Amino acid sequence: MSEQFEPEIVAFCCHYCAYGAADLAGSMRLNYPANVKIIKLPCTGKVDIIYLLKAFEDGADGVFVVGCLEGNCHFTDGNIKAKRRVARAKKLLDEIGLGGERLDMFNMSASMGPKFAEVAREMTERIKGLCPNPLREKMKNEGGGR
Amino acid sequence: MIVAEQKPIQEIKAMIADHQKVLVVGCATCVTVCMAGGEKEVGIIASCLRMALRIDGKEPQMIEDCIQRQCEWEFVDTLKDKVDGVDAVLSSACGVGVQALAERFPNKPVYPALNTSFMGMPKEHGLWVENCRGCGNCGLGRFGGICPIARCSKGLLNGPCGGSQNGKCEVSKEMDCGWQLIYERLKRLDQLEKLEEILPPKDWSTDRDKGQRRMYRGDVYYEQTV
Repeated sequence: MSEQFEPEIVAFCCHYCAYGAADLAGSMRLNYPANVKIIKLPCTGKVDIIYLLKAFEDGADGVFVVGCLEGNCHFTDGNIKAKRRVARAKKLLDEIGLGGERLDMFNMSASMGPKFAEVAREMTERIKGLCPNPLREKMKNEGGGR
Repeated sequence: MIVAEQKPIQEIKAMIADHQKVLVVGCATCVTVCMAGGEKEVGIIASCLRMALRIDGKEPQMIEDCIQRQCEWEFVDTLKDKVDGVDAVLSSACGVGVQALAERFPNKPVYPALNTSFMGMPKEHGLWVENCRGCGNCGLGRFGGICPIARCSKGLLNGPCGGSQNGKCEVSKEMDCGWQLIYERLKRLDQLEKLEEILPPKDWSTDRDKGQRRMYRGDVYYEQTV
């Protein structure tokens, strides 16, 4: 079962680093799993807890946030704020029963294309080791979303 | 302001699990400022509950709203149509707001999403501290503007106890000794002589000891004649 499970993963990426890194990974012809769907943000400081929760509510099996290296945020501390919000969202996911391990945050610069590919692979493998998001399964059975 | 914090999701879920359609109502006053029950938190609570209940095989409907103040009828009354259309109400206001909804909508179950903690202020962003116990007989003028009832762990009125160490309370190393603060403040104001007066035991009759407190002001109170 788990071998056939192809997770849907959402990556919230900062315009100044991770989005560039993902682009670079593509330019370098680096393979990373197609499971990862990227959402570009002006800064990870834009990440709100509700964005992360809604992604799961709408069926994402995993979510990760990628911001600039700590100390290098274009807006001073957006990535630090995101880190704290991700930590709170992880606790909420544990409380809900989905599991906080489905969510994580990473930091990288725009020149770290291979790192982005590595993170995408790591998250995909991690989520494949879990069961699919039970909410997505329910949506499938009911033939609709929320 | 009133400071509150969100209850654990599982506790809220257990309260509303038997209801299919729930109105989640926030309050845009104190609990918005302490980031516990405003519009944004209502969205988070509702989303968490939807997911938690769906995992359990239920199909909940959560309607989200936030009114300016849950402790005043004029705002509470604006919810009437929405309340009529749901099975239960989950209030993310302080206990006053929850009770106002329960009183206004007597046929509808109303549940609290928050634990109301204390009257206080945001000392720093994300850090709230209790500064007033609402004892009903304010003595701040005598204590340099620092309340020994709220800020001394023992509520002492005539100076610190032996647990005051290097300006900190023995209850916690992070807690200032309220009496150390009072002493320093009065010293700065050159009013240390205020401490020479020995205060008798406090009259707690203005506190909660006589049950629910009521306040009446004749100049603004219009008795209901109808």
